[in-house]
Amino acid sequence: MVTLTIDGEQVTVAEGTTIMDAAKQVSIRIPSLCYLQGLIPHGACGVCVVEVEGERTITRSCVRPVQQGMKVHTNTPTLRNIREMLVELLLSNHPAECFVCERGETCELKDLASTLGVKDIRFDTKPPKFEVDDSSVSIVRNPNKCVLCGRCIRVCSGIQTVEAIDFVNRGDTLIVGPGADKGLGESNCVNCGQCIHVCPVAAITEKSCINEVWDAIDNAEKHVVVQEAPAVRVALGEELGLPPGTLVAGKMHTALRKLGFDTVFDTNFAADLTIIEEGNELVKRVKEGGTLPMITSCCPGWIKFMEEFYPDLIPNVSTCKSPQQMFGALAKTYFAGAANIDPSRIVSVSVMPCTAKKYEAQRPEMCSSGYRDVDYVLTTREIARMIREAGINFAELPDKPAESLMGAYSGAATIFGTTGGVMEAAIRSAYKIITGEELEKIDIMPVRGMSGVKIATVEIGGLKVKVAVAHGLGNARPILDEIRAGKSPYHFIEIMACPGGCVGGGGQPIGFDMAIRSLRGETLYSEDKFSTVRKSHENPSIKKIYEDYLAEPLGEKSHHLLHTKYTPQDNVSKLKNILANLKSR
Amino acid sequence: MTTSVLAGDIKGFESKDQKLKLYNKLQEIIDGHRNAVGAPIRIMQLTQEYCGYLPLPVLEVISKELDISFSQLYSILSFYHFFTTVPKGKYVIQVCKGTACYVKGGQKILDSLHKEFNLAPGGITADGKFSLDMVRCLGCCGLSPVMAVGDDVYRKVKPGQIKDILTGYK
Repeated sequence: MVTLTIDGEQVTVAEGTTIMDAAKQVSIRIPSLCYLQGLIPHGACGVCVVEVEGERTITRSCVRPVQQGMKVHTNTPTLRNIREMLVELLLSNHPAECFVCERGETCELKDLASTLGVKDIRFDTKPPKFEVDDSSVSIVRNPNKCVLCGRCIRVCSGIQTVEAIDFVNRGDTLIVGPGADKGLGESNCVNCGQCIHVCPVAAITEKSCINEVWDAIDNAEKHVVVQEAPAVRVALGEELGLPPGTLVAGKMHTALRKLGFDTVFDTNFAADLTIIEEGNELVKRVKEGGTLPMITSCCPGWIKFMEEFYPDLIPNVSTCKSPQQMFGALAKTYFAGAANIDPSRIVSVSVMPCTAKKYEAQRPEMCSSGYRDVDYVLTTREIARMIREAGINFAELPDKPAESLMGAYSGAATIFGTTGGVMEAAIRSAYKIITGEELEKIDIMPVRGMSGVKIATVEIGGLKVKVAVAHGLGNARPILDEIRAGKSPYHFIEIMACPGGCVGGGGQPIGFDMAIRSLRGETLYSEDKFSTVRKSHENPSIKKIYEDYLAEPLGEKSHHLLHTKYTPQDNVSKLKNILANLKSR
Repeated sequence: MTTSVLAGDIKGFESKDQKLKLYNKLQEIIDGHRNAVGAPIRIMQLTQEYCGYLPLPVLEVISKELDISFSQLYSILSFYHFFTTVPKGKYVIQVCKGTACYVKGGQKILDSLHKEFNLAPGGITADGKFSLDMVRCLGCCGLSPVMAVGDDVYRKVKPGQIKDILTGYK
């Protein structure tokens, strides 16, 4: 332990603690732009400087470890001057577009400027004129607003191990990007959108399709169908001013009808359907000696990651489409038939906590209904913007359920939105499929919570089923490497790209706080707890769709509409074909 | 080694034979230095020496072989002026725009190259013979304005002399 003095107060902390972290213990929050809890500090912005008695120069508190007997000052005239000047310099290089900037009140640069009392920018303002990168279908990067804090680089490499972006060039041409004039859309980016959460400004945003959705709603010819993912109902309220973790499923359905969507369904229905298909697939693999462990396929960020970095594990991944895409395929077939609407008139919109879902909906194979299965994907933030724009007082709305045909759901479906939820839902139904009996204790506690990797053994009909759950792609790697080495002890693995699962998805309210993500997850578990139906196979609308339309799990119709295949995206695989051509010539 | 060298479209290495040679050379360079300290820089340096520049498919191979992401490799590359991802001419022209040369008319040399040879800093002539780099100092300010073609340094250059100087290079 090390004892030091910060602003006259003695504090004892573990060796290796930074001054920044030590200061928190004496209730001092040193201002910073590039520091973010959960990421490796980088010391880029220089705003967190402090003075240490006896030292000639000021020092950056986010990267400086404490020393025994150190006397630190965090609030002196010199420091106030320096911090103010640093922020003025940043502002002189930043477009003054705050009125029309989508980050609005969540902008950390604006917040910092007002916190530090910056009143005047003493330098000529000269915002850069770089090209905006809109090559990705999910994420837009605007280098002109970038403050070069490097948080996005650190979350992409440190947490997600994707390493899609880094600093490119230097000096006044320095930007963040994939390099070689490549856009994000041509890089190995998996579209998880965690970079959006850590960006202090609006340099990284989702690619919005609000205008297209308004156009569809306003078009009387079109019948607009909407679905909402499990994790949206525990974050939309937060984005609209309610406390984090408030459950707003009923208000959400009401708001969507008020916005003008013609039919309001719920992705949770498709989550239950996924469990039936995926559960049967797992049982089939176990019984018939198929490839094990089987890995979940709901998360499009994970799927792209797998195709980029682990294409050899394609046989391990469930062939089930994600709930969003299952829903999309059924909206223009099953629903079109039931409601007697020409599918060409249906516009299928989804509301997702996710930026990768935008990518998933655009994948070439995702049109098994004969049309684009999902036309537009809105994030939680985008639908909140639409609700605000329409002047709807969200907090006062009455609770209404979604239409039951493709909107009734079980508690098992709702927990899909948090890490471990898919696993728990699958176990509840797999037990029934294998043993023919209902599972008594349906709360599978070992797979809940926010630890990076969770493992459990569940006894199902004499078979000890070993399962693992990972969230955050960096946490998934050791489990995947184990499979690669042929040493995986598991039968079934759930992987979600974002830390926390979908509750922490790239489309959720801005923030990288795991405590808030955990709170959203808790709310999903309590919605499950108070549901009358808590197992996917007991959902009456699921029974109905198999009776009326799909016939049987893994059947011919399911195969066509609900299952998919994967394409290796890594360079080696992509170029193998080209090489084969070259050799044959 | 990955196969992208053979598959990619690489300026200066169009034929199958050239590609195979490049493939072998690259293998030799990477295998010889993969465990060295600062391997990415050393390998890119030697590769640029061989290719004249760093073609993107080659960078993808280096990234894969060294197990370092493409973005990180490109980050290193783009930090150093020495590295280039565009082909250089047979002869590299360097025109100094440091203080002394600028005052003595370095800009006029650049203007003249642009006007007469359609050559801008970072660019290359259509026949691939000359490429142009603007530099900050060649270390002989007393001779300003200075221009270098390959290893030959020309002193007190006047715009009118440029055509004569360049016609000397075949």
